[in-house]
Amino acid sequence: MTSKVVVVGAGVVGTACAFHAASAGLDVTVVDRGAVGAGTTSRGEGNVLLSDKEPGPELALARLSRSLWEEAGEELGPHSIEFETKGGLVVANTTEGLTALREFALRQSTAGVRTEPVERVRDIEPHLAPGLPGGVHYPQDAQVQPVLAAAAMLRAAVARGARFHTGEIAAAVTGRGDRLTGVRTVVGDVLPADAVVNAAGTWGGEVGRRLGAPIEVLPRRGFVLVTEPLPRMIRHKVYSADYVANVASSDAGLETSCVVEGTRGGTILIGASRERVGFDTTMNPAVVARLAAQACRLFPFLRRIHLIRAYRGFRPYCPDHLPVVGPDPRAPGVIHACGHEGAGIGLAPATGALVTAHLLGRPWRGADPAAHTGLLPDRFFLSGGVPK
Amino acid sequence: MSDPADLIIVGAGPAGMAAAATALAGGLRVVLVDSGTAVGGQFWRHPPEHARSVIPTEDLHHGLREYHDLREALAAHAQKGQLDLRLHHHVWSAVRQDDVFVVHAVDRRKAPQEIAVVLRAPRLLVATGAYDRQLPFPGWDLPGVLTIGGLQALLKGGGVAAGSRVALGGTGPFLLPVAASLAARGVEVVTVCEAAHPRAWLRHPGPLLRNPGKWAEGAGYALTLVRHRIPVRPRTAIIRAEGGARVTSVRVASLAPDGSPRPGRERRIEVDAVGVGWGFVPQLDLLITLGCALTDSADGNAVVAADEGLRTTVPGLYAAGETCGVGGAALAVGEGRLAAESVLADSGAAPVLRGKRLAAVRSAVAAQRAFARALALAHPIPPAWSSWLTDETVVCRCEEVTAGVIGTARAEGACDHRQVKQLTRAGMGWCQGRMCGPAVHCLTDPKQAYRPAERLVATPVTLGALADLDT
Ligand SMILES: Cc1cc2nc3c(=O)[nH]c(=O)nc-3n(C[C@H](O)[C@H](O)[C@H](O)COP(=O)(O)OP(=O)(O)OC[C@H]3O[C@@H](n4cnc5c(N)ncnc54)[C@H](O)[C@@H]3O)c2cc1C
Ligand SMILES: Cc1cc2nc3c(=O)[nH]c(=O)nc-3n(C[C@H](O)[C@H](O)[C@H](O)COP(=O)(O)OP(=O)(O)OC[C@H]3O[C@@H](n4cnc5c(N)ncnc54)[C@H](O)[C@@H]3O)c2cc1C
Repeated sequence: MTSKVVVVGAGVVGTACAFHAASAGLDVTVVDRGAVGAGTTSRGEGNVLLSDKEPGPELALARLSRSLWEEAGEELGPHSIEFETKGGLVVANTTEGLTALREFALRQSTAGVRTEPVERVRDIEPHLAPGLPGGVHYPQDAQVQPVLAAAAMLRAAVARGARFHTGEIAAAVTGRGDRLTGVRTVVGDVLPADAVVNAAGTWGGEVGRRLGAPIEVLPRRGFVLVTEPLPRMIRHKVYSADYVANVASSDAGLETSCVVEGTRGGTILIGASRERVGFDTTMNPAVVARLAAQACRLFPFLRRIHLIRAYRGFRPYCPDHLPVVGPDPRAPGVIHACGHEGAGIGLAPATGALVTAHLLGRPWRGADPAAHTGLLPDRFFLSGGVPK
Repeated sequence: MSDPADLIIVGAGPAGMAAAATALAGGLRVVLVDSGTAVGGQFWRHPPEHARSVIPTEDLHHGLREYHDLREALAAHAQKGQLDLRLHHHVWSAVRQDDVFVVHAVDRRKAPQEIAVVLRAPRLLVATGAYDRQLPFPGWDLPGVLTIGGLQALLKGGGVAAGSRVALGGTGPFLLPVAASLAARGVEVVTVCEAAHPRAWLRHPGPLLRNPGKWAEGAGYALTLVRHRIPVRPRTAIIRAEGGARVTSVRVASLAPDGSPRPGRERRIEVDAVGVGWGFVPQLDLLITLGCALTDSADGNAVVAADEGLRTTVPGLYAAGETCGVGGAALAVGEGRLAAESVLADSGAAPVLRGKRLAAVRSAVAAQRAFARALALAHPIPPAWSSWLTDETVVCRCEEVTAGVIGTARAEGACDHRQVKQLTRAGMGWCQGRMCGPAVHCLTDPKQAYRPAERLVATPVTLGALADLDT
């Protein structure tokens, strides 16, 4: 069993790992080169979705995570993380689309997701465009404010004895028999550890390499639009059924199918695009225009509403679009917890619990390593899909 | 103008006007874009064309000969079709694609209708100027409390005086022309609170002596102030505004060397309007998004890094005027000319300024920059200014975030204005931190220069106008 853990990364995933590991009584140090939640966690939207996930290993993690967010909310104070169960509404644009959506929803409900077919979508979302053939309501879809959540989980971890260290991780330190004894930062600080969690998000590939456990984590760029504040016009997370196809897609080009939702502050968030352009930070007005056009098609009143801000981030993804969570067989002591792509906020608490279970060698808060073997790093090595 | 442009200039203030006139004289085809209704920028702000005969403002201006010359030059080239002047066009984004700059503007001539416009050229000059740096204090959100730039803009742009008994405060020489303009319109300026100590000047006498023109300008204002019996009180500050529906009085404190109020040395003065200004913040949104390197300037702001020819670190991208550092209209004009000369040279066109005239512009720019630097050093933000705040003082007005909430975020480890924004929403509202960003920065990380958050959208624009771009 492990006692001393270093978590690399203070994003929502790393802080969730620290929160659970510290709750389990482990000695935890969180290391980040920057401030808590300042990475991709500050670039997302905070959707905690079941609606967009196909039955499979990710949905299993998402279902656990959904209930752990609720628990975390109770513990941390739902207001302090702005946890809100507002529900999702997926709308189809065509009757064929509606048939496909209903079939998808049926498979999800067999896997334990609550789904409610909606005939007249304007009954529950009055400002939607007229003429949409129908949709599916997902009452469990929720949201959190990611940076507040990461900060609150870190605070709670610290209250349970964890430490926060500012620094950039350079390498693993090993002792006799290649046993991990700690990690070293670029300025030479050594943090003792018998386990290190790679929760470096989009930079998880590089951190894995530095720890002697290379994995492939790639960036997928996304833009999010924010409007001026308005009185509440949109009640759910509303998106078009095309989204389902895009999330699962591995097409290289630009994909947009927007999710539109109102926030507590009154602004409306419209996100997000998906592009594989490496870490290219340049603004792309065409993407912004595309998102705006799609949002206006769903909600025509948005045409006269002002965009006040756009931001972008880089989702961390693995080649098979599943997160990698679990011990790396090549480097004893290294546990990966990254590659959550566009769902890292939603999946964070279950990832933290699962990592803790791996550290303890037994289930923790409903996370049983035996039930999530599909996320283990082994899958890359067995299929021969590992980089050098 | 049907031919493609050689150069797009964003901002038709002194810098943009001078740059356009020079580039046009050198034979380039230019698009000049400004969100305002007329050319002139902040310094040469005028009422809309149709109202000028009824609202005389000429007496409030300086350097009008230059303004009229530039305006005529621009008008002549617009007539010939060599200049495409786009007023009422606000640029919301500019990007570089395959060596061409694509400038996205929104045409607001038929407001509230908004029409998206896309302009293209191989070279881009950004001369978007600066805006007032504001520091919050109790009561600063009362109606009647304005920035000094705002007071001046009302006078120059509409002939409107914001009050009849006005107190001015803050730091820097810009307090003087504003006091003079108000007095010229019959306003009683009851006090001018200058936080700096007059002796601060003596530490950097060189640039002062090399800029006799500035002396004369300063002496002119001083004379006006004396004539109108306007008291200028050094080492004082307006630390509170009071009132109900509107400001009715201010508290003025005498300041200790660190800027904290001296106990028992407060005065209450009745007013019906207040103007406060702590220098300016360069408007860098477009330049930061384009990926320009920034550099620190003496007044605590990051400014765009440019070489002697005003070339930024992005090929084909130039900057002039306050985006390169705050230094007044004459410097902005000089920089505009030099930037345009670089554009001409880089485009393979012949220069407009040669020999002695070019050398004279260069040396004037150098002297004015040294002067601006000395000014900035003599007029710092008082280190202890935040002692004027109470926990209840609103810092971010859009999201109503108080100094107390920001203090808590700092205590929890937020170490810069971006982190404070993530934790408190300060700077997430309508103005996107343009107003509160510098103040939040000064509260969290005052030793570093203020680097604004990246704003990919430089002005609010309707989703409908954006949607129409998507074909
Ligand atoms: C546009 C967009 C919209 C999104 N919307 C959603 C959504 O609605 N719902 C959802 O669930 N997810 C969403 N996501 C995805 C989500 O944001 C990410 O999956 C999640 O934030 C990943 O969290 P993380 O903790 O793994 O990574 P990060 O937050 O990036 O944290 C990693 C941390 O590691 C640190 N680090 C890296 N290298 C080192 C090193 N060598 N040493 C020390 N520290 C290091 C970094 O500084 C960083 O703080 C969205 C993403 C984007 C881009
Ligand atoms: C409110 C205010 C009032 C001032 N009054 C005086 C004064 O009376 N006396 C004095 O000595 N100095 C004054 N100053 C200082 C003055 O700004 C400078 O000395 C001088 O005007 C700088 O010239 P510039 O060309 O760099 O910028 P500016 O004169 O500021 O010109 C910038 C121009 O760019 C335009 N612009 C900015 N962003 C965009 C965009 N995204 N799209 C389209 N157009 C854009 C603006 O509309 C503006 O016309 C004032 C400053 C401010 C902020």
